[in-house]
Amino acid sequence: MSRLDINKTYKLYIGGKFPRTESGRYYTINNSDGSLIANMCLASRKDFRNAVVVARKAQNAWANASALNKGQILYRIAEILEGRKEQFITELIVQGETKKAAQKEVEAAIDRLVYYAGWSDKYPQFFSAVNPVSSSHFNFSTLEPVGVVSIITPEEQSLLGLVSVIAPAIVGGNTVVVLASESKPLTAISFAEVLNSSDVPGGVVNILTGNKTELISHMASHMDVNAIVYCGKDENALKEISELASNNVKRTIFYKKSDWENNLCESPYFIEKTQEVKTTWHPTEI
Amino acid sequence: MFPNLDKLPVYDNTGVNERVQRFCTRSIKKSSKTAGLKLALSMIDLTTLEGKDTKGKVQQLCYKAMHPHDSLKNIPTVAAICVYPSYVGVAKKALQGSNIQVASVATAFPSGQSALDVKLSDTKFAVDQGADEIDMVISRGEFLAGNYQFVFDEIAAVKEVCGKAHLKVILETGELDTLENVRKASEIAMYAGADFIKTSTGKIQPAATMPVTYVMLDAIKDFYLKTGKMIGMKPAGGISTSKIALQYLVMLNEVLGEKWMNNNYFRFGASSLANDVLMQLVKAETGVYQSINYFSKD
Repeated sequence: MSRLDINKTYKLYIGGKFPRTESGRYYTINNSDGSLIANMCLASRKDFRNAVVVARKAQNAWANASALNKGQILYRIAEILEGRKEQFITELIVQGETKKAAQKEVEAAIDRLVYYAGWSDKYPQFFSAVNPVSSSHFNFSTLEPVGVVSIITPEEQSLLGLVSVIAPAIVGGNTVVVLASESKPLTAISFAEVLNSSDVPGGVVNILTGNKTELISHMASHMDVNAIVYCGKDENALKEISELASNNVKRTIFYKKSDWENNLCESPYFIEKTQEVKTTWHPTEI
Repeated sequence: MFPNLDKLPVYDNTGVNERVQRFCTRSIKKSSKTAGLKLALSMIDLTTLEGKDTKGKVQQLCYKAMHPHDSLKNIPTVAAICVYPSYVGVAKKALQGSNIQVASVATAFPSGQSALDVKLSDTKFAVDQGADEIDMVISRGEFLAGNYQFVFDEIAAVKEVCGKAHLKVILETGELDTLENVRKASEIAMYAGADFIKTSTGKIQPAATMPVTYVMLDAIKDFYLKTGKMIGMKPAGGISTSKIALQYLVMLNEVLGEKWMNNNYFRFGASSLANDVLMQLVKAETGVYQSINYFSKD
């Protein structure tokens, strides 16, 4: 007797939990031949709002976790992802990649996590400085995370692209609310399962699936979001984000690249993009 | 007059929970939501009851009460400030010229474990300082031991000392264990002269919950039908978001009706609720989700 298929219910990832969208809506992901792959949650602005609330709550503790600890946790994500490699390769193939490309993408994603794990205790030294001043002051600049970052991930390379933009933001002590690739969202939610079993505190990474056009304005305008990362080339989206982000002087970070496997897509400068420089003056004489 | 506690309605948890769940599923559209939020704001007893309270903290809270968010037009002030007796004078002075009431907790708040004359002089001190409202606690130990008459007499004695000040009686439902006890304590408080009955001190978990509040509203309804006297209700503690506040208002409207839908008969004991309501009001006006960073501290 043949077994029944046990299909996964893809849900959202908010605050370390997997809720359905509060809106009760969904959209379908289909094969090229039109057959159904999965129903995905069509997240609403309220799901986004809820995610920002938990991200804000988690931010302080995450920023104050030691560099070593953050690095260990990123490395742990890589380890768990390595153990579930096959699952991700299969999922990428279902989403239309060739086997070879899928394998390459998963491995690159794992390596990228390890790469940023290594930077966790080094980027502060890389970007901090003791500044020469002409008075009796000790003057130094250090980095602090901007806070809560909303991220619109690349449409293609749905796993590697997602990892490449999340990792530099969280290793720097930010918490993120991520909108997964709209057409290829499966791996994003499976990646959430990896995060959930990797000691990443709830709320540090939150992942939504849904419609970009619908959510972008809220991701860009929310007053409690400190920076927005947008991956893509849609000129209208770029303009809309720039305008709305100005309300609370939200930092905007745009990536127009299309090949995330390239070595140029990993750099400590990606960490620095969601950091704020704090300069301190300290008297040296009494 | 001591109430007859033998013939009270019986509450089963499942039934009450289901009834309460239904209040939480009402769809409230934009204009009613805005009206509801403003109503909720006007019903807040802005509260600070901490050992670390200072004169400055109380003054700041009073300013917040009078100026919830100046860039928002047409919003009400909160109903009252709720402080310890030692800060009633400070609050009274800071609120001069406004309609905001000063409420003071009294009677060995929050445990209520003291002698009656200490409780009475605690109350008298607060009243003399100018408190418009007194939030007293009942003796839960005596209540749970079955000394209902003791609890009744204590409330009546405090009521007498209150004079013109309104008396709110805190049942501390988190320590009463069952809904039957909540109903019993509500009866005792109302018959002993309470103007308001209040769920919690905020120092014990769980504080205000909807099932408990439902039972108290039900008691108020029966008391009204029997005596014609309207008693107020104050859920306190744990109501920190607008969404929950609106659900309480739905419940209030559906159990007691429109006559109770104002701050003479309903209050929220809360501190962080005010800013959440304000954030929702600004969101309704601008369409943009707000950050607490742009609102004054409460």
